[in-house]
Amino acid sequence: MRQSAVIRERPPAGSVGPVAWLRTHLFGSWWSTAVTLLLGYLLLRWGLGFVDWAVVNAIWSVPAGENGQPDATICRTAEPAGACWAVIGDKARFILFGRFPYESQWRPALCVAIFLALFGISASRRCWRRELLLIWTVALSAIGVLMWGGVLGLEFVPEDMWGGLPITLILATFGLAFAFPLSVLVALGRRATDLPAVKILCVLYVELIRGVPLVSLLFMASVMFPLFMPVGMNPDKLLRAQVAFILFAGAYLAEVVRGGLQALPKGQYEAADALGLSYWQKTGLIILPQALRLVIPPLVNTFIGFFKDTSLVLIIGILDLLTAGKVAMADPVWQGVGTEIYLFLGAIYFAFCFAMSKYSRRLERSFGRARNR
Amino acid sequence: MSEAAPPAIVLDKVNKWYGSMHVLRDVSLTVQARERVVVCGPSGSGKSTMIRCINRLESHQEGRIVVDGTELTDDLRALDTIRREVGMVFQSFNLFPHLTVLENCTLAPVWVRKTPRAEAEERAMDYLRRVRIPEQAHKFPGQLSGGQQQRVAIARALCMQPKIMLFDEPTSALDPEMIKEVLETMIELAETGMTMVCVTHEMGFARRVADRVVFMDRGEIVESNSPHEMFENPKTERLKLFLSQILRGH
Ligand SMILES: Nc1ncnc2c1ncn2[C@@H]1O[C@H](COP(=O)(O)OP(=O)(O)OP(=O)(O)O)[C@@H](O)[C@H]1O
Ligand SMILES: [Mg+2]
Repeated sequence: MRQSAVIRERPPAGSVGPVAWLRTHLFGSWWSTAVTLLLGYLLLRWGLGFVDWAVVNAIWSVPAGENGQPDATICRTAEPAGACWAVIGDKARFILFGRFPYESQWRPALCVAIFLALFGISASRRCWRRELLLIWTVALSAIGVLMWGGVLGLEFVPEDMWGGLPITLILATFGLAFAFPLSVLVALGRRATDLPAVKILCVLYVELIRGVPLVSLLFMASVMFPLFMPVGMNPDKLLRAQVAFILFAGAYLAEVVRGGLQALPKGQYEAADALGLSYWQKTGLIILPQALRLVIPPLVNTFIGFFKDTSLVLIIGILDLLTAGKVAMADPVWQGVGTEIYLFLGAIYFAFCFAMSKYSRRLERSFGRARNR
Repeated sequence: MSEAAPPAIVLDKVNKWYGSMHVLRDVSLTVQARERVVVCGPSGSGKSTMIRCINRLESHQEGRIVVDGTELTDDLRALDTIRREVGMVFQSFNLFPHLTVLENCTLAPVWVRKTPRAEAEERAMDYLRRVRIPEQAHKFPGQLSGGQQQRVAIARALCMQPKIMLFDEPTSALDPEMIKEVLETMIELAETGMTMVCVTHEMGFARRVADRVVFMDRGEIVESNSPHEMFENPKTERLKLFLSQILRGH
């Protein structure tokens, strides 16, 4: 009796382990076997084809032509065709930093590093304290100094010389850093039934901004906005685009946050009221912590979409990462080599978006652990 | 009697409507300090509405409500004063799931009463010991049983050191074994002399601790008497009907 009980502590052989997993999930029936084989074949074929193109037949460097420019003829004539990674080597700095003065490009590079460090620090829940706000202020000021210069012996670089990855990161980071608090306020305002004026204002804001495409907002910011400004007052194009982004992202995020507020049971509000908490105490200590946790997935979804939307500044002539890539592609020297640049750009965007998505799941899990049994 | 302590709660001809539905009709009730009142009545009779008017989770439209000497009006400062002095326990516990049991208990003292955190924690542990769950202090509400959660909710309300405690069917979301543990906690609380208004159908509890039982039906207070008189000698048909129904249910 006892012995058989001990033996039964393990599931029957063949029901666990990789082989069993394969059997149940990939080869469960003749139909699923057929699909597995077909997909396996296609994956293998395309995968190998890509490896051939990207690695085996790739051209890593090209000789210099007579005028000192690289000579990319071999990239166009090579048989079988391979990726021409030499273009990345030649153009990477332009794509990453745009027209920033070449000798000073360590400055935007350092800015990117500061951004990454800032994201890294902010990601850890242990660092979520008041000091973090200070760190952000210092870091963002440092980024301003590095990009503009003009002090500490740094050469002044006007904004229209900026470009590439720092522009994308600036637009996205400042955009979300301002849009998120804005969205929380708007979401709260939309629910303030006892303040009808505030409520109507918030509803109008959300509906108006959501009702127009981002592109037209950017156009308005860059073309129409200066018309309304007094002569001589002409905020910079980047700043105007930034404001347009903040307003745009704020409206979308506000709806996400509102969803979280709606989802909280009424009892939570009542319990907070019954304990005598003030409106802001109730909101800050009880409602928002729970509501925001509920909406982490759609929130991050919006963040990711917004990060990629920064590339739309292309249409008002700001040289963000994608635009810099397109300009690089237009170089006659590298005519006919575009895919590689797109892949390079894609990899950078992917790295950021994937990091966000990974992080959001980690955050959800860490909150979930605290709550459930 | 007239020179004694002022009444804890006075409801004077209180009327309330939801839309066109008249849910409280001329409700008048006076609860003395240290008095324990049990409110019962059929479903939808306005018991919750009445008790929620006392700390203004619902607002009344006619009549006067005076709690601890302060009249309830739209004045926010009066409301703050009253909510500090009135603790409430809900049917569905309404603990804050993102905070630990201890944090649930210290939140309001720290933020509303500005008690130093260490002191608030000490007092919270005190009350958690009283409701017999000190060992759960660092767990989250989701990790506790219903009865334990309700006892935490009682401790949370007590941590504000209120003068008056309101209970709205504190045991009706619980299994029978858990009802017992929560009722025991409430009986102990009653024995400390706390002013209590409790909506419940637990007649055993009413007999044991109530100074007075109030029977509500269709938004009115129909009868109000000592538990003994109330159960042994109901005067109105409505109360007789109600009592026969709940006795059959038990
Ligand atoms: N927010 C509301 N809006 C509209 N009607 C409501 C609202 N809350 C309660 N009512 C109605 O008011 C009446 C009294 O409700 P109340 O919750 O006070 O009853 P109750 O005596 O507590 O009943 P129960 O024993 O079921 O809890 C009911 O008819 C109910 O449908
Ligand atoms: Mg009720």
